[in-house]
Amino acid sequence: MAFVSRGFRGRRRPPDESGRVPPGQYLTHDFPVLSAGPTPHTPLEEWAFSMGGEVAGPKRWTWKEFRELPSETVTKDIHCVTKWSKLDTTWEGVSVDTLLAGIETDAEYVTAFCDGGYTTNLPLEDVTDGKAWIAFAYDGEPLEPEHGGPARLLVPHLYFWKSAKWVRGLSLMNEDEPGFWESLGYHLYGDPWREQRYWGD
Amino acid sequence: MEDADLRLDGNAAAGLLGEIFVREVTVAVGTCDTCGARAELGAVHVYMHAPGIVLRCPSCEAVLMRIVQAESRYWLDVRGIRSLEL
Amino acid sequence: MAGTAVLGRLTWLVGEVTDAAFEAPRVRSLVLDVPGWAGHRAGQHVDVRLTAEDGYQAQRSYSIASPPEDERVVLTVERLDDGEVSPYLVDEVRVGDRFELRGPIGGYFVWEAVLGGPLLLVAGGSGVVPLMAMIRHRRAVGNGTPTRLLYSSRTLEDVIYREELDRLGGAGDGLDVVHTLTRGQPPGWTGYGRRIDAEMLREVTWDDDGAQAFVCGPTRLVESVAGELVALGYDPGRVKTERFGPTGT
Repeated sequence: MAFVSRGFRGRRRPPDESGRVPPGQYLTHDFPVLSAGPTPHTPLEEWAFSMGGEVAGPKRWTWKEFRELPSETVTKDIHCVTKWSKLDTTWEGVSVDTLLAGIETDAEYVTAFCDGGYTTNLPLEDVTDGKAWIAFAYDGEPLEPEHGGPARLLVPHLYFWKSAKWVRGLSLMNEDEPGFWESLGYHLYGDPWREQRYWGD
Repeated sequence: MEDADLRLDGNAAAGLLGEIFVREVTVAVGTCDTCGARAELGAVHVYMHAPGIVLRCPSCEAVLMRIVQAESRYWLDVRGIRSLEL
Repeated sequence: MAGTAVLGRLTWLVGEVTDAAFEAPRVRSLVLDVPGWAGHRAGQHVDVRLTAEDGYQAQRSYSIASPPEDERVVLTVERLDDGEVSPYLVDEVRVGDRFELRGPIGGYFVWEAVLGGPLLLVAGGSGVVPLMAMIRHRRAVGNGTPTRLLYSSRTLEDVIYREELDRLGGAGDGLDVVHTLTRGQPPGWTGYGRRIDAEMLREVTWDDDGAQAFVCGPTRLVESVAGELVALGYDPGRVKTERFGPTGT
C-alpha cells in the first residue's frame, strides 16, 4: 500500500446501514456534477426528442408535446461509477415505455444521443417495463442544466453514466454500439451490484 | 454553477499525462482534427470531473483526447488530435 | 527549446514537513524536505497523494511556491471549505508529518530568467503561488526583467505573501506589485477596488511586443483576463494560463 499519512481520513462519509449501497461505493448527500464538456444550452423552442433508428415509424416530440405526455414521479437510488451513491433521489419524467408505445421494432439495443455529442448504449429491455424515464425535474424543480436539463435519460439500475444528460433521443439499434465511455474502457452494461465498471469486469 | 467552474486546462492533466507520455506534453503542440487550430496542450480545455478526463480544443470545443484510468490500466483516445508535436 | 524535456518516469516521493506558517487566513505554506527531489522550474506543480489507514486515497495538485534556487519544496495551500485534501494540509498537518508527492510537473506554465520579458503576471487569489515562485526566482538570480504583478484578492487580509511582496515591490529592481481588492478596501486605500477588467489591464500592461503574460487563478478570471490581453494586442502564444479549480469529485 502507498505511504499512509498520519491523521488523514478523507471526507467523512455517512455510514451505510441500509444495504442499499453497492460494492465499492460510498454514500453522499451531495449531488456531484460530472461533465465531459461544456454545458449545452438548447432553447426549449429548438428542443425535440426523437425515437428512431431501426423502427417502422420514427417519432418526434417538441418540448410542448413532450410535456403533454403522461409523466410520473419516482424515487430512486443512483450510483455513479466514480464511487458515490445517492439514495432516495426524486425525479419526474416520462417513462420510456410511453415514448415507445406504438413503435414497432425488432431492435434489441438503444443508443441515447445528446446535445454536446455524448452517447451511451443499453439493451432495449433495460429501458422498458418501468426501468427508465426521460426526466425533466429533480427534487421537485425543473432539471438544472448542470445536471442535464432540460431533460436527461434516467436508468437508475445501471451506473449513472448511462443516465445520459441533455438527451435528445433514443436510436434503436440491432447491435450494441459502445457509446462515449463504453468505447474507452467502461463496461458495456454497467451493473453496479456486480461492480461492472470497466471492460473485463 | 457555470461551465467555467468545471473547466480547467492541460496543466491539471499534466500529472496523469506524465504517467502515459515520456516527454512533457503540456508544451506539446496539438493540431485539432476538427478545426485545425494549434495549441500547446497546457492551454487546451480539460474536463476532469467525469468518469474519464476529456481534453477539448479551446477554439471549437471538439474532443481532442480522452483518457480513462482504471487502477493500472489506461485507455487513450487521441483521434481528435490530427498531429502532436513533442 | 527550453520547454521540452524527457521526463523519465515520475515516481512518488515522500516529503517531510519541516516548517509550516500561515500566509493569510485559510492559506498555509508547508516547507518540505523531499529526499530524491530533482529540482524544478518556477511555475511547476506537484501532485500530492494522501492515503488513509483504510487505504482510501485522494490526490490533488499544488503549485510550488519556492524558487528553483531553494533546496526545499514549499507548497502554499488554500483551504477549500468542502475540500478533501486542503483541510488536512491546512488544519491538520504538523511539522514532522509526511506525505507522498510527485513532481515537478508541467513545462508550459514556466518562467526562467533567461526567457526575459517584460513580464506581466496576473493572479486571482491562490493563483499567485506559481507566480510567486517566478518572482522569487527572479530575485534569487538577481535578474532585472521588468515585471508587473497584478494581484486580485478579496480583502487586504486575504493577500498571500503580503509583506514579502511589499518588500520586493519596493526594492527598486524593476518589480511592480499592483493589488486590487474586490470585496473590501481598508480606509485610505488608493489602489484598485474592483475585479480585473479591460481598463485595469490597459493601465497595468506593458506596451511592448515582447511582453509575456502569465495568468493564474479561478477559471473565470483566467479566461476573462486572457481574452482581454489578446484584445489589447498580446499574441495568444505570449499569454500563458493556468486555471485553478477543484479536481476531485
